[in-house]
Formats: sequence, C-alpha cells, structure tokens
Amino acid sequence: MLTQYAFYFLSILAIFSALMVVFSRNPVHSVLYLVVTFFSIAGHYFLMNSQFLAMVHIIVYAGAIMVLFLYVIMMLNLNTDTEPNKSNWVKGAAVVTGGLMMLILVVSTKSADQLPIQKALNPNIGLISNLGKVLYNEYMLPFEVSSILFLVSMVGAVMLGKKETY
Amino acid sequence: MSSELLFYKLGMVLFVFAASMVVALYSTYGERKIAAFLQDRIGPNRAGPFGLLQPLADGIKMFMKEEMLPEASSKWLFVLGPCLAMMVALTTGVVIPWAKPIMLDGQPFHFQVSDINIGILYVFGVVSIGVYGIMIGGWASNNKFALLGALRASSQMISYELAMGLSIVALVMTTGTLSVNEIVAQQDAGICNFVYQPLGFLIFLICAFAETNRAPFDLPECESELVGGYHTEYSSMKLGFYLFAEYINMFISSAIISCLYFGGYNFPFAHEMEGILGENMVRVLGFGFLFAKIFGFIFLFMWVRWTLPRFRYDQLMNLGWKVLLPLSILNIVLTGLFLMRNELLDLIIK
Repeated sequence: MLTQYAFYFLSILAIFSALMVVFSRNPVHSVLYLVVTFFSIAGHYFLMNSQFLAMVHIIVYAGAIMVLFLYVIMMLNLNTDTEPNKSNWVKGAAVVTGGLMMLILVVSTKSADQLPIQKALNPNIGLISNLGKVLYNEYMLPFEVSSILFLVSMVGAVMLGKKETY
Repeated sequence: MSSELLFYKLGMVLFVFAASMVVALYSTYGERKIAAFLQDRIGPNRAGPFGLLQPLADGIKMFMKEEMLPEASSKWLFVLGPCLAMMVALTTGVVIPWAKPIMLDGQPFHFQVSDINIGILYVFGVVSIGVYGIMIGGWASNNKFALLGALRASSQMISYELAMGLSIVALVMTTGTLSVNEIVAQQDAGICNFVYQPLGFLIFLICAFAETNRAPFDLPECESELVGGYHTEYSSMKLGFYLFAEYINMFISSAIISCLYFGGYNFPFAHEMEGILGENMVRVLGFGFLFAKIFGFIFLFMWVRWTLPRFRYDQLMNLGWKVLLPLSILNIVLTGLFLMRNELLDLIIK
C-alpha cells in the first residue's frame, strides 16, 4: 500500500517536473526541474528494488551531468531577454517533429498494453552483487566493448578541448 | 513495519541529527581555539568558562542579524540554496555505524539508521549532489563574485569527486562489500584498512578536504579575490546555514574516514577487554573511540587550515586531474596486483 502511494507520488512528481523543464522560460530553472525529474526516476528504481541503478543514476545524472549542464548555462548567462526569437518556420518544424515523436510513443504504449507482464526471474537482480555477477560473467564482452566506447569518446573530448599549438 | 521499530529508527535519526548539530556547533568553537593556539593567541574566552558558550552567542547573533533578500535575485532559489546545503550535509550520517549493536534482553540494538547494502555509493551520491546548494545560492545571488565562487565550487567538486570515487573503488576491491557496516565489522580487532590502502587513504583525505571546501582548497570563498565567494550576498541565518553545513560536512567526512580506513568503533585489545568489562561496556567504549577518531580528524582539518596557504586555482586543477587521478588509478592497479598475487606467482613460476 505504502509503495503504491510512493509510486503515485513519484510518478506525478516526475511528470510535473518533466513538463516544467519544457515550460519554464529560464534555462537554469529548466535544469533544476530536470534534476528533480532524475531524482523521482531514481525513486522508481528504488521501488523496483534496484538500489544500485538508483544510486548510480543519482551520482551520474543528478550529480555529474546536470552539474555540468548548470555550469555551462551559468557561464553562458542565458536570460529570457537575450534569448533569440526563432522564426515561424523553425517553430512549425519543431511542432511537426514533436508531434511525430508523440505519435510513435502513443502507438508503442498502446501495443505494450496487450503484452503479457513478465515477472523478473530473480526479484533481487537489481542488488549490486547479483548485478555484478551477471554483468561480469554473462555480459562480459558487451560490457568491455562499451567501456572502450567510453574511452574513445573521452579521448575525443580531450582532443576537442585541446588548444591548437601547431 | 512495526511502530516500535519506527520509533527506534526515529530516535536514531534524532540522535544523528543532534550529534551532527552539537559537534558542528562546538567545531566552530574548536576552530577558533585551535587557530588562536596556532597563532599564539588566547581565542574566545569571554562567554562562559573558557568561552564555552561562545557558539551559542554566535548562533544568537546570527539569528538576530537583519535578513536581506537582494532585489535582483530569484527569491525562491536564493532561499533554496542554504536549505539544500544544510539538508545534504545532514543526510550523509544515515549510513554510519556509530557502535557495535548493543545487546539488551537478548535483542541487538543497532546504532545505525539504515544498513543499506550500497552504503558507500549512497555517501558518494549525497556528496555529488552537495554542490547544488552552493551553485544555486551563488547563481541566485545575481552577483559576479558569488557566481564565480559557485562556478569554482562546482568545477572543484566534480574534479575531486573522480579521484575520491576511484580511491573508494580500490578500498571496495580489498573489502569486497559496499556496506559501511560490513567494512567496519571486517576491521574487527584486526588490521585496519589504512594498512592495506595507505595511498588510497591519502587520496581520499585530500579529496575530502576539497569536497568540504576547507583550506587549502577553499577557493570558492576565497576572501582575497572574491569578497565572500558564493555567500557574498547572504546575511543572517542563511549565511549561518552555509557556514554550518561546512562544519557538518567536516564532521561527517571525518566519521566516514574513520569508518572506512581506521576501523570505526573498533579499537585495539577490544576482545581481551570484553572478558573484564563485559560485552556491552566494551561496545559503549567503542562508541567513544569512534568519536575520539572523529575528533582527531576534525583537529587535522583545522590544523591544516591554519598551517597551509591556499592553492592557486590552476594548481588546484592540476593537482586534481594530473596528480590525484593518475595516482588513484595506479592505486587500483596495485590493489588488483596485490589481490591476485598468488595467481601471478603461479604464472611466473610456470
């Protein structure tokens, strides 16, 4: 019963703050609402008994990536009055693409309704020891490949950030 | 959840809250006394015997000061900043085991609010969101100095979080668990983790200094360059919250360092003393030992503050990225080699 209330609370919070990300005029407010969204999603992970995923979600998204977002936005000093007005063509294109995205989402959730609900094989799969065993035994290769991908992107970021000396 | 358990947990939460508050309160007094001692002065000695009531006087003064909201600031965020700083500082104490479970009527009473199995990650997560209080406050002040202080704080904290996380990874490799309770229990009357992880401890300690914004890493509130840094526009108790959060952070990070690297509530000859004093008495004594360790580390924090000069900003970044990060990676590699030493020896012999 308590978990159900928590679920509703977190869901309403997540949807409200996600909407506020889009609707608030001030970019700093948007980022802060996005942080709230991430926290409520982490709360959902806790409800699903995957504490590791929840904590990593908070550390990586709320703690690192969003801080960098905030950092850049504060540096750029974007304000509502300096925000350039986009032309009507761009606005129309944005509406059409957004509508298409919405359409796909609605269709996919509609068909998902008919799928049988599969229970997780092990309810404790989200605990860190189980997750680590699965990750390092069954999915060793994809895990290592993704780490190489991260390394490549890191090297790329360093190269982009370097001063050109030649 | 039974109501008894709920009340018990509530009591523990209150205990952690009160302990953090009282220790932080008297840390301000301790800081002034230690600063005075290191500079050959007397320090506060007017309010009460030995100036012991000085923190209360300071608190009353803070509350009585005029509350100011800058006209051009965004009000909500301006108030949210110090609240967030304080809240984040107080939430970390949840996973620290303060003493071994004390047995009463054959029932163990755990001196820990919550023994979650990812305790270290929890600490790390809370630390990583700790920067929001400073950033939001600095930005909402609508002041160049405050904004610069906030930007410095955020980049400093992100840089040192990495090295801190990697030093914890090496610790987790040797202990094999992420639960703070289990890590402390493993050091029971044996060798503490410091012996296995001296380099990791050093990195963690330096990063703890940087994360709590203490000297020599107090660039975000560097008086000689930035007026007051991120809290330039703050007055009254909102400023008090920022300053207080720093002392609570110091207390909590001292507690975490003592738990992770110096055995927490364990102390030498504990098992021998159990026969003489009885089990529970030794556990109460262990509680005292944990606090002795914590106060030792708080003293270290203050000692360093009044001894070392402040870094320059580029030196700070160089230390974080070019010294501590490679060192912590080296530490992980060395720990891995140490853990696999038998397999490696077999390989060499073959």
